[in-house]
Amino acid sequence: MPINYYIFLSIALFCIGVVGVLTRRNAIIIFMCIELMLNAVNLMLVAFSKMHHVNQAATNATAGIDGQLFVFFIMVVAAAEVSVGLAIIVMMYRNVHSVDVNFLNRLKH
Amino acid sequence: MIKLVYLIPLFPFIGFLLNGLGRRAMSKSLIGIVGSGMVLASFVVSLLIFSEVRQEGFQPQTIHLFPFIQFDSISIPFALQVDQLSALFLLIITGVGFLIHLYSTAYMHEEDASNYGRYFSYLNLFVFFMLLLVLGANYVIMFIGWEGVGLCSYLLIGYWFTNDAYNNAAKKAFIMNRIGDLGFLIAVFWMILQFGSATFTEVFAEAPEASTAALTGITLLLFAGATGKSAQIPLYTWLPDAMAGPTPVSALIHAATMVTAGVYMIARSNVLYSLAPISQYVVAIAGLATAILAATIALKQNDIKKVLAYSTVSQLGYMFLGLGVGAYVGAVFHVMTHAFFKALLFLGAGSVIHAMHHEQDIRKMGGLKKRLPITHITFLLACLAIAGIPPFSGFFSKDEILIAAYAHNPVLYWIGLGGALLTAFYMFRLYAMTFLGSFRGTAEQEHHVHESPAAMTIPLVILAVLSVVGGFVGLPDIFNEKLGTHHYLDHFLSPVMQGADGTAHTVDHSTEYILLAVSVLAIGITCIVAANMYRRYRYSETAPAGIGRAMENKWYVDELYDAIIVRPLKWLAWFFNSVIEKLGIDALVNGVGRAVQYSGRQLRLLQSGQVGTYVLLMVVSLVIFFIIEFFIRK
Repeated sequence: MPINYYIFLSIALFCIGVVGVLTRRNAIIIFMCIELMLNAVNLMLVAFSKMHHVNQAATNATAGIDGQLFVFFIMVVAAAEVSVGLAIIVMMYRNVHSVDVNFLNRLKH
Repeated sequence: MIKLVYLIPLFPFIGFLLNGLGRRAMSKSLIGIVGSGMVLASFVVSLLIFSEVRQEGFQPQTIHLFPFIQFDSISIPFALQVDQLSALFLLIITGVGFLIHLYSTAYMHEEDASNYGRYFSYLNLFVFFMLLLVLGANYVIMFIGWEGVGLCSYLLIGYWFTNDAYNNAAKKAFIMNRIGDLGFLIAVFWMILQFGSATFTEVFAEAPEASTAALTGITLLLFAGATGKSAQIPLYTWLPDAMAGPTPVSALIHAATMVTAGVYMIARSNVLYSLAPISQYVVAIAGLATAILAATIALKQNDIKKVLAYSTVSQLGYMFLGLGVGAYVGAVFHVMTHAFFKALLFLGAGSVIHAMHHEQDIRKMGGLKKRLPITHITFLLACLAIAGIPPFSGFFSKDEILIAAYAHNPVLYWIGLGGALLTAFYMFRLYAMTFLGSFRGTAEQEHHVHESPAAMTIPLVILAVLSVVGGFVGLPDIFNEKLGTHHYLDHFLSPVMQGADGTAHTVDHSTEYILLAVSVLAIGITCIVAANMYRRYRYSETAPAGIGRAMENKWYVDELYDAIIVRPLKWLAWFFNSVIEKLGIDALVNGVGRAVQYSGRQLRLLQSGQVGTYVLLMVVSLVIFFIIEFFIRK
């Protein structure tokens, strides 16, 4: 499969994520959109890794595996980040009884 | 002993530090002792050095103290020059300087201790810089002294700094000196460019190979420096205004230090000047013009110190005439005799002013002959000396210059003689109005008139003796043949006057006799006429009309300078201040500030606190970056 398909899919996912972050007000949905962007990038990484080692794929079964391993690391870190982010959102809900980010305009002060 | 020459400037410098720093802690008598004692110590060392230098076959020596400026191939050491010329000047400066210090201890006794200390520290510093000037073995060291005396003259002229007029006089002296100093400085740079050195011996050794144009330029620039320091046309107007300082300061400036610097410098550079005939002409003409102009102004001045100031300017003109016609020894001789009688005149004037309770107008004096016997006699001797009556010192030195001028060009002689007659006239007018006739001051002043204390009269007497006998070191050749003596000064200075050619003495003897007789007769008659004319002077308020008025107002030279230099400069300063500064630079600086403030106020609105906005901005700017990266920057 040509690499272009992966790139376009990845860009589409990323843009959906960006638009979601910009337009939605619900903190949890924004969070999900961020994850979407993250995974768009992951997809890209795997695709490029495969493309990069395509010549060795015939002889070496594990060629390009490092790129995929890297993606696992990112997923782990993202999971850790999600737990922190969700904890923040929980704390936010406890304080203002809402997960609407427009209530959080105190950064000005 | 020669190795210890650095002690000579060191002593006054120590005196300056002691008096300057300890002026609040020390008593007045201690300050006076330190101030005068240090100069006396210098004088003693100078005498010892002189006794060594005057021995037959003494070769000029350079004492290297430490390297001063060193870069590339140019090396300017801090070195002192000991030779006949500097030894002679050392004696004049420290000797006359000491007498003036001694005199000051009494003259300034009304000042409180702190100001008294300030006064003596300045005085010592003045002597220090002057000694440095004459001792320097290169033009750079000389320039340090040169600038230093300018500074000290500023400090001392403005000594009574609460008076604005005095401050202005001090600033005038400083600024006019600076104009000349610039010429001197450029000359030094040119010299370093031309010869690769500023040391006297090296410059003089290489001078004959240099082009006449370069030498003329250098010497003319040096002369520009001399006009400032030695008060010649066109930079002479500061000297009469320098009267604002205390009278002993005037004596110091006019006799021992400062104004003789220019003469010394040109006499020192005689090798260069002799190779540049155009410069010599300029020097001679400027000197003669100054001599005549100042003499005419002095005729109508009524301030005792002003008359003396213009007589100094005039006498300096004679010295420059001598330098210009190649009579370097004559000029140095006149510096020496002039130091004696001019110091005497100023100190005598100080004694009169002291007795008259700070009255300086000679129209309100008169008849002081009986009241101030010592001052009167010494002042009379000084008048005779400056007028040029034989056998007083001024006669010999002035005569030597004038005879040299005659050998050069008889026209110079006759004009110079005219100036000498004017000198005789104004000096005896001054003498008669001050000491003869009847007293014209107030009754209270008359009651208080008293002879000055010994500390003031002793210097007067010593200087009077020197004024009388000082001329015998340089008798004219026609007398030497009769008496079997020789021109001691000429002989003494000959090793440092390589530039002087033989033309200075080529007047044949019969002519010289006639010239001497004519000048003595004319000067004698002028003296008697002047004294008789003004002994019966009656005070009147009527201002003289016509040419006399122009003379009294100094030919309006100050007004002229004011109109053509000072006012345009002030206008320019106003223009720069109110247009360039206020509308240009200030507007620019304030504009930058205002622009930053304005943009800050506008940008502040972006900080809404909405996270969504921030993210939007972030994305928009990222997109812009991408566009720039991929589509605009190829």
